[in-house]
Amino acid sequence: MAALISLAFLKAKLEKRPALVSYIVAGDNNKKLTLNILKSISQYIDILEVGIAHNTAVADGVQIQNSSYRALQGGIKVKDVFEIVKQFKKIKKNKPIILMGYYNQVLQYGENYFLQKCKNSGVDGIILVDLPFPENKSFADKCKKLSITFIQLIAPTTSTIRMKQIIKNSQDMIYYISMLSTTGGKLKVSAKSILNNYLKIKKIDPKKNIVIGFGITTKTIASLKKADGLVVGSLLCKSISQSLAKKRNPLIQLNKIVRTLRNKIQ
Amino acid sequence: MLKLQKGKAIIDQHDKHYLYGGKFGGNFVPETLKKPIEDLTQLFQKLRYDKKFIKERDYYFKTYVGSPTRFIKLYNLSLHLEGAQIYAKVVSDANGGAHKIYNAVVHALICKHAGKKYIIGDTGAGYAGKMLSMAAKKFGLKCKIFMGTKDMARQKVNCDAIRKNGAEIVPVDSGSKTLVDAVSECMRYWVSNCDTTHMCVGSTVGPNIFVKICAWSTAQISRELKVQLKEEFGEIPKKLKLINCVGGGSSAIGFWNEFMDYDKKQVEFIGVEAGGPKNSKLHAAPLTYNAKLGVLHGAAQYVLQDKDGQISETSSISAGLDYPGVSPLHCFLKDTKRARYTVATDEQALEAFKLVSQLENLRPSLEPSHAFAEAIKIAPKLSNDTVIVVDSCGDALKDKKIIEKRLGKLIWQH
Repeated sequence: MAALISLAFLKAKLEKRPALVSYIVAGDNNKKLTLNILKSISQYIDILEVGIAHNTAVADGVQIQNSSYRALQGGIKVKDVFEIVKQFKKIKKNKPIILMGYYNQVLQYGENYFLQKCKNSGVDGIILVDLPFPENKSFADKCKKLSITFIQLIAPTTSTIRMKQIIKNSQDMIYYISMLSTTGGKLKVSAKSILNNYLKIKKIDPKKNIVIGFGITTKTIASLKKADGLVVGSLLCKSISQSLAKKRNPLIQLNKIVRTLRNKIQ
Repeated sequence: MLKLQKGKAIIDQHDKHYLYGGKFGGNFVPETLKKPIEDLTQLFQKLRYDKKFIKERDYYFKTYVGSPTRFIKLYNLSLHLEGAQIYAKVVSDANGGAHKIYNAVVHALICKHAGKKYIIGDTGAGYAGKMLSMAAKKFGLKCKIFMGTKDMARQKVNCDAIRKNGAEIVPVDSGSKTLVDAVSECMRYWVSNCDTTHMCVGSTVGPNIFVKICAWSTAQISRELKVQLKEEFGEIPKKLKLINCVGGGSSAIGFWNEFMDYDKKQVEFIGVEAGGPKNSKLHAAPLTYNAKLGVLHGAAQYVLQDKDGQISETSSISAGLDYPGVSPLHCFLKDTKRARYTVATDEQALEAFKLVSQLENLRPSLEPSHAFAEAIKIAPKLSNDTVIVVDSCGDALKDKKIIEKRLGKLIWQH
């Protein structure tokens, strides 16, 4: 069976649009809400990224920090994240889910046990923000053996030689960080220059699916729709923050946003 | 058991993944920082063997930092304790009042060599920030200092100094509002601005290159001490104990560096961590209390954390020691058993401050007061041919408010 992540890209390609990838933090601000959000937005989203909150995150911008803070305040544990994925997969078993977190969380679980839990709950892919290549080689191999996609990251600062090595060691999906920023920064480079870099990576191995993330909003998304996939995270976290502040159910606004995003890339 | 190599600088005893003993340190960083870290690693590797650069460093250490700092005997304290002979290496003589100036000057020089105009850094007690702002001013660099709001409130004296030097303080109000969050925020800023900005990490923590630069800079302390010991005793004493406080561990590494190859029976290293308030479960002593290996701020180290890998809150009267992790180099020294680590509580540090400042013309800040607490504890049990040297790595002026609150205003009248 082909991996669900690859199928999601294939499906989007057939519809001549980029795959839409969402990111929210698990447990923001409680487990039940996260499960409801995932169920609801998955009608517009091709791949769901679920963040594992960490209290010393070094690459997250303020929106995701706020979400993580709320999740931790709500008492979220790594085991709960697996439970959320498991519950979700019971209803939508074909929708791919990627866990995103920091290496210390995996280390404390034990790499093998963490991966076993991923497998059991139905996780399709893993992104570890602070486990770069080549340090991630052994862990990425373990993922591959279990048919879990380990997603390598490429940044604007990545040299061409390094890019080639990373791509060679990657699986089907690669994450391109659009600019020098933490998550949710304002897009400070033009869509054209992001796409230029993107095409440079694409040329090295056209078969790989490359998603672009960081700084993607309802305003910027259309300009980048040539990519294989686009990740929207901070925008969604921000929307949750705003709804919670107004004591409204975040689902309503979130659904509106993902529907708009989807329409803009059709 | 892990082993130290002789005849090789401790900062270079890592494998190809920059891990000491195959497990401590490394570069656990977002992809964006890989390149800037690699560039900095190459630049530093070139500079540290460049005679011109060494000359430049030594020139500023001498004329600007004020090297060497004094090495003095604490006669009254030794008499009072009736045991070992107690000395102090008065590193707080250095320009700015603490050892942080060495790292700051070297980073400012590197920043200039890298052709960058902006420099950023984190600070806990405010010393690292104050020194970086001084060095930035001296070398014409624009400077931003990241500092937790809790630390800003308790170390106002240093905040004022930072601003006076023309640097901007970026208040960090997330998490515990202390050093750990300041370092996270500083790294985040660097992720976004690494093309124009040089980052200085204020201690021997963070990705490997920052551990290296900092330890290489503070090694000046032990270079001086070695000469001073020989002047005083004609040789390195047969029974020598070097006591230093350990937060991130930058002053301790610098204080011990030149003595690594000595047998520990001759030169013993004792690191004193922050035990926190006497009746509290909170502390900042990952080594003493056997914290688990984890990853914090880009490096694998023993770090206070829960089962899920969330970094724990710490507590110490001394902002400079209030950090949940510790340098990978100290983890390495612990596991090789070259150094031993212990704690002093807030109260013991205050008592030590009181005794030292009453008996001697010396006012160690709350950080080295932890080291003095251990010296005071062990000295009476030791023979009088044992030599204890305490690194008095900071001046207490910045702690005036806290000390007055805890010990009364009269304490300053000696």
